[in-house]
Parts: sequence; structure tokens; C-alpha cells
Amino acid sequence: MIRIKNLYKEFDGKDVLKDISIDYKPGECSLIIGASGSGKTVLLKSIVGLHTPEKGEIWYGDKLFNKLREKEKKELRKEMGMLFQGSALFDFATVEENIMFPMDFFTDWSLEQKLERANFCLRRVNLENANKKYPNELSGGMQKRVGIARAIALNPKYLFCDEPNSGLDPTTSIVIDRLIKEITQEYNITTVINTHDMNSVMEIGDKIGFIYQGRKVWEGSNKEILHSDCKELNDFVFTTNMAKQLKALMNR
Amino acid sequence: MKKALEIMGEYSLLMVKVFQKPEKWRIFFRQSVIEAQKLMIDSIPLIFVISIFIGAVVVIQTVNNMDSPLIPKMYVGFMTREILVLEFCSTMIALILAGKIGSNIASEIGSMRITEQIDAMEIMGVNSANYLILPKIASSVVLSPFLMLFSFVVGLLGGALIIAITGLITMAQYVDGLQFSFKIHYISYSMTKMSVFAFIITSLASYYGYYAKGGSLGVGRSSTKAIVISSVLILVFDLALTKLML
Ligand SMILES: Nc1ncnc2c1ncn2[C@@H]1O[C@H](COP(=O)(O)OP(=O)(O)O)[C@@H](O)[C@H]1O
Ligand SMILES: [Mg+2]
Repeated sequence: MIRIKNLYKEFDGKDVLKDISIDYKPGECSLIIGASGSGKTVLLKSIVGLHTPEKGEIWYGDKLFNKLREKEKKELRKEMGMLFQGSALFDFATVEENIMFPMDFFTDWSLEQKLERANFCLRRVNLENANKKYPNELSGGMQKRVGIARAIALNPKYLFCDEPNSGLDPTTSIVIDRLIKEITQEYNITTVINTHDMNSVMEIGDKIGFIYQGRKVWEGSNKEILHSDCKELNDFVFTTNMAKQLKALMNR
Repeated sequence: MKKALEIMGEYSLLMVKVFQKPEKWRIFFRQSVIEAQKLMIDSIPLIFVISIFIGAVVVIQTVNNMDSPLIPKMYVGFMTREILVLEFCSTMIALILAGKIGSNIASEIGSMRITEQIDAMEIMGVNSANYLILPKIASSVVLSPFLMLFSFVVGLLGGALIIAITGLITMAQYVDGLQFSFKIHYISYSMTKMSVFAFIITSLASYYGYYAKGGSLGVGRSSTKAIVISSVLILVFDLALTKLML
């Protein structure tokens, strides 16, 4: 369970996030949607502590994350996994070394145990026979899979994904989306995903928060999104004229 | 001016993050060996070539400028040795390394920053500054004095080589000069200087890489800045250490 209360973040005096409050539940894929530049990445990075918010509270269970001491933060971080927009795989390391990286630091497992876990994670994301490849030898979709495998290497309670299907074709996108959803349900992870892809919203969005110019202006499920009367949201969801006409038809 | 203070503050904070006890010593030592290879061992060919040529040139210049028959020829060896040990093998080599390993470090760390690889480490709970930067500083500070020694020896050999080829003076005169009034203190002074320079180069390049922003252009900018600033600081510290130690 993650609870965000009245979060503010600014860069050089410019407000990027304004008064954001929202809850995320385990076993659910919660989506943050919004146009490019609306503040999704900043929100996600503030939640995980890569940015320090000016004001507000971020609760992980009963721990107030942004007030924890460095050491306690570090403990909590071991329960987080994150998939970055560009995958952010370590390009000095092979696929399996990437996945074993957090294990090297935080477990006392033998090499066999680490390899076993790495292979388990790779199988889980349906990526086999790529163990010895370097990230630049992989396609975008494969990189995302490795990114997910690395994020779940230490059985996280919290999974964060920044635009998991940016740069992927629609088919691969859906495959990655479903993979994240399955893993979320299978391990009861609290998953937060940034996206501007409506396919993802309809496919995996258990709960959706819509960000407009740094404010959360709408929150609901993917069933409700089509019937909302929030103007900014409708402009975002129903971009084309055809979509607008369809919406008019639906609401008749 | 405010900018300079800001940079110094940011730099100090980063160094605090760097100088922490590594999560696992085994990982630290493994990375240090890798960095030693990449930063120090791989610089040996470049230093070899430069030192051998400079040694030869210094000998020729000294001979040309000491044409008075009153000055014994062995002073060529003496002068060459002093020039190499006092300035060339530490300060000049450091300036060259500032270009070579400074840009290497700044662009490596900078590209990890802009591709979010550093964020990926942080989110795992890994102290990225400690993991990435400490092994670079440690291996360079420890090994660079030996690069200075190496450059010194090769420089003297370069001098010997040009004498053997051209017969400007006799080898005996050259060797006599090399041994004349030898101060071991100069060697330790020069090795210490080299360590300090290595710290300046690696820590500044790491700093500029670590805070790189603005895409690949930004990485280029930060590596240029790293080289310029560390070169200037090397000269400033050269002056300060010379005042202090000699
Ligand atoms: N490190 C930063 N420094 C200054 N401004 C930033 C920084 N990161 C993001 N911003 C600004 O914050 C706003 C939101 O960015 P972002 O969260 O990346 O948008 P998106 O919704 O596309 O992920 C943008 O206007 C961006 O310029
Ligand atoms: Mg973004």
C-alpha cells in the first residue's frame, strides 16, 4: 500500500507537481496517465525518492518514506523494483549480470543460486537464451523484458514502470503490459505505471490517475474513464474527431 | 561566484557520498582492479611514447643551450633528470592524463546518468557514487605515482637513446650527470604530487559526469568542463605543493 498526500515538487521555482494525493493498492496495476510533460515521470521519481518533493507525505505501509533516515530508506528500496523508460540496463554488464546486480549487493547467495534466480526471472518474462548478450545487442522489447526481470530479481513489494511500452510496436506493447499485470497479480505487488497509451489504460488499468499540468484532475477505473465528464481528460482520451463522435454516440 | 560556491558544495556532498564504507569489499576490490586496468595500465603506451620523446628532446635542447665550454657536459644529464623528475613526469603527465582519463570518466558516468542507469542503481538501494567513483579514485591515487616513476625512467632512457644515436655527448657523461647530486626527496615529492593530481582528475571528472544533464550534448559539455577545470587545478596545486614541499 502506497499513500501519497498533498505532494508538491518544483524545479527552479517552477511548480511541476501541485497538491497530488492518491493511494495505490497491492495486486493492482495503478496507472498515471497524462500528456507528455505533464509531470508523470517527476511524480514517479518523487514517489521512489529519486526526486525530493518540496512538500507532502509519501507513505509505504506505515512508514513515512520521505522522512526516513538514509539507512531506513535503503532498506525500503530493497523492496522496490523499477522499470525505466529507456530500460536503463547497465551496458557494462550482460543480461544475467544485470539481473544479478542487486543480488550481488544485497544477498549472500552463491553464484549458482544467483544464476538460478536470474534464470527464473528471465523465464518469467519469457526471455531465454539471451543470458550472455549485452543490452545493445537486444531489441527494445527484449530490453524491457530484461528491465522487468531485473526489477523483480529480489521479489519486490512495489514495482514502478515509467512508460513501459514507449518505443515499442503495439503488439509488443500489449505483451509487456500483460506481463506486468500478471506479475503484479501473481506476487501481489503494488504496481504504479506511467503511460500515455490508451491501449494500456483499457488493457491493464485497475486504477487510473490523470495528471494535467502537474495536478491530478481525475481518478477512477478504466470502465469509468469513457464516461467521465472531466474536460481535460476527455480532450486527452478522445483526441481524434472520430473518437469524439464515438463518445457522443456512447453517451446518447 | 555564487556558481563556484554551488559547485564546491555539490562536489563536497558528492565526495561524502563517495567516501562511505562499500556495501561489499569484494565488489569494491573487483571494481578497483577493473578501473586500474582501464585508467592506469591502459595509459602506459601513451605515457611511454610521450616520455621517450620528451626525454630525447630535453637532452637535445639542453646540449644546444649549454654550448659554453666552461660548463661540464655531464650537466646535460643532471639537467635532464631534474626537469623530468620535478615537472615533466608529474605535472605534464597529469595534464595529459586529465585529457585521457578525465574525458573517459566524465563521459562514462555522464552517459550512465542520462540513460538513467545511475537512477536504476539508486532505486535498488545501491550507493551509485560509492560503487562507481570510489574504485576510480582509489586505483588512480594509489597507482599514478608508479606511472610517474615509469615516465621518469622512460624519459631518461629516451635521453640515453638520442645520445647513443647522435653522440651529442658521451654516454659516460650523461650517466655521470644522472647520478650527480641526486635527491631522493625529489622523487617522493613528485610521486606525492602525482597522487594529488590523480585525485583532482578522477574526482572532478566523476563529479561532472555524475551531474551531467541535457542528453549526449550535455555529456560532451561535462567532459570538456572536467578537463578544463582539472587542468587549471593541476597547475594551481603544482604551485601550491611546490611551495609547500620544496
Ligand atoms: N530534472 C529536472 N529539472 C528541471 N525541470 C524538470 C526536470 N525533470 C522534469 N522537469 C520538468 O517537469 C515537467 C514534467 O516532466 P516529466 O515528468 O518528465 O513529464 P512526463 O509527463 O512526460 O513524464 C516538464 O516541464 C519538465 O521540463
Ligand atoms: Mg516521462
